[in-house]
Amino acid sequence: MSESTKSPCGGPRPGAGRPPSEPTKVIRLPVRLVPAVQALAAAPPGTRMPHPHATHLSLPMFGHKVRAGFPSPADDYVEAWLDLNEHLVENKDATFFVRATGDSMTGAGIQEGNLLVVDRALEARHRDIVIAVVDGEMTVKRLDKRRGRIRLLAENPAYEPIEFQDGQELTIWGVVTSVIQRFKR
Amino acid sequence: MTFALVDGNNFYVSCERVFNPSLEGRPMVVLSNNDGCVVARSAEVKALGVKMGVPWFQIKDLAARHNILALSSNYTLYADMSNRMMGVLGSYSPEQEIYSIDECFLGLDGFAADSLVEMGQRIRRQVRQWVGIPVCVGIAATKTLTKLANHCAKKNLAGADGVCDFGPLSADELTALFDRIAVNEVWGVGRRLTEKLAGMGITTVRALRDADPALIRREASVVLERTVRELRGVSCLALEDVAPNKQQIMSSRSFGEYVTALADLEQAVSTYIARAAAKLRRQRSLANAVQVYIRTNPFSERQPQYQRGITVPLTQATSDTMRLTRAALWGLKRIYRPGFAYQKAGVMLMDLHSEDQVQGVLFAAAPARPALMDVIDRANARWGGGTVKLAAEGVKKPWQMKRERVTPSYTTRWDELPRVS
Repeated sequence: MSESTKSPCGGPRPGAGRPPSEPTKVIRLPVRLVPAVQALAAAPPGTRMPHPHATHLSLPMFGHKVRAGFPSPADDYVEAWLDLNEHLVENKDATFFVRATGDSMTGAGIQEGNLLVVDRALEARHRDIVIAVVDGEMTVKRLDKRRGRIRLLAENPAYEPIEFQDGQELTIWGVVTSVIQRFKR
Repeated sequence: MTFALVDGNNFYVSCERVFNPSLEGRPMVVLSNNDGCVVARSAEVKALGVKMGVPWFQIKDLAARHNILALSSNYTLYADMSNRMMGVLGSYSPEQEIYSIDECFLGLDGFAADSLVEMGQRIRRQVRQWVGIPVCVGIAATKTLTKLANHCAKKNLAGADGVCDFGPLSADELTALFDRIAVNEVWGVGRRLTEKLAGMGITTVRALRDADPALIRREASVVLERTVRELRGVSCLALEDVAPNKQQIMSSRSFGEYVTALADLEQAVSTYIARAAAKLRRQRSLANAVQVYIRTNPFSERQPQYQRGITVPLTQATSDTMRLTRAALWGLKRIYRPGFAYQKAGVMLMDLHSEDQVQGVLFAAAPARPALMDVIDRANARWGGGTVKLAAEGVKKPWQMKRERVTPSYTTRWDELPRVS
């Protein structure tokens, strides 16, 4: 981006007036585009996803290329902006992100390093993938509640189910509603 | 009128336990900035008689004996958990006053009186499940009474299961209850006032409630007279929807280690200005003056003592970090004396007014950069404080406060999310 020597609203002539008292850096951006540009600039190296507290980046439903000079005939049909938060986060205040480690849930499509979206507002049901607290540790497993018996199942034959005896308490921390896997590029 | 006060139990400790379930049941405390004093205690630690605010070093022996865990305060985490809790609570009433990081008032006018306790229980269950924080609920006819009802719920003096509604209690029951509660539990009655009231023979809530308001007004203050009326069930304090803008904004910290060099002080002052300026912009105000002060450690008697402050007026009100920093550093240079071991520095933005009452000046300084400041604020909100900063703040910051036992920012940093196997 090059700095224009002409201000859009009059202002100083180049070279006129007192010398500026400190160096400035002009960034020319419509204010509303700032978050999107920041998001783009920051995409690699870390994994970045929308935060449930704020919508940072939404995608136009009809993304057409803008041709200079001709207004797009589709412009009148733009109806909405798709927001991943809306898609992934149902209960904002109860939604937490956690990072999966290990390989105990590979059969459910959860790989090492994946991001899990966890909704604490949901009541855990049979076959839900849950974050449970076992012996003070948080673990991700599939909840199995058949025949009055509660078990936590891994989705990897190398791991034994976790059984609960009478009186032993199982705390469900939250229900996993999505897994997010970024493909490296 | 009917109000509720919802308050998180041992809030900071509870926040930590959400992400470290193994800490459930373990005696633990959270320490203030620089790991100095105890600012939150688990129930187990309260049972050991540890008082709020005691310096950590004073209880180190006790801590070793009882295996008390001490954590540095993780305000980033607590603020996020607070927002979540307040979000849930806000769904219960159109009227909500967020009173502090861990408590809020709700206006309950128009709700059926016999449904309030059940609603309190629902609130408790939902906050516990959604956010993981245990709360207590006090319900009564005035804000001062809800504070007391909340105290009763916490201490199990009245109500049940963490919810206490004064509404259904008879006058005699309330009187008997207030007879058993010390007057210092009343909202706004601090240590000094408690002593004063003791001199007047007022030691219980009941005695304060039944005191002559005119006498209280004469001997203490109008504020305490209002408290007396509130204790009698006359609502004098309305909910404040929006916290009034601050008239001054302070930012100060003790250093993690003594600082002697001007360059280090400059970094610290720049950092505090950046923080204060961001707050200033959040409340859409401008400052007309900046105060800077530095001091040595007044408790270290063997070291030479020095303390000095200076107020730097600005030619034009501003919220621009760079201009405020320049003014603060100009002031710092004037008060700095070499040869002292400085322990603390602070800045205060003063004489604030709203952004839209700008007064033009004859000789305007360089134009403010609202768009740049906006970008800085957004970047820092998004990627953590200090992501974008002036070089004047420095990079290494050896003077920065100690937070040696701080837990990760579990909910606000992508690289610090809880790990689950």
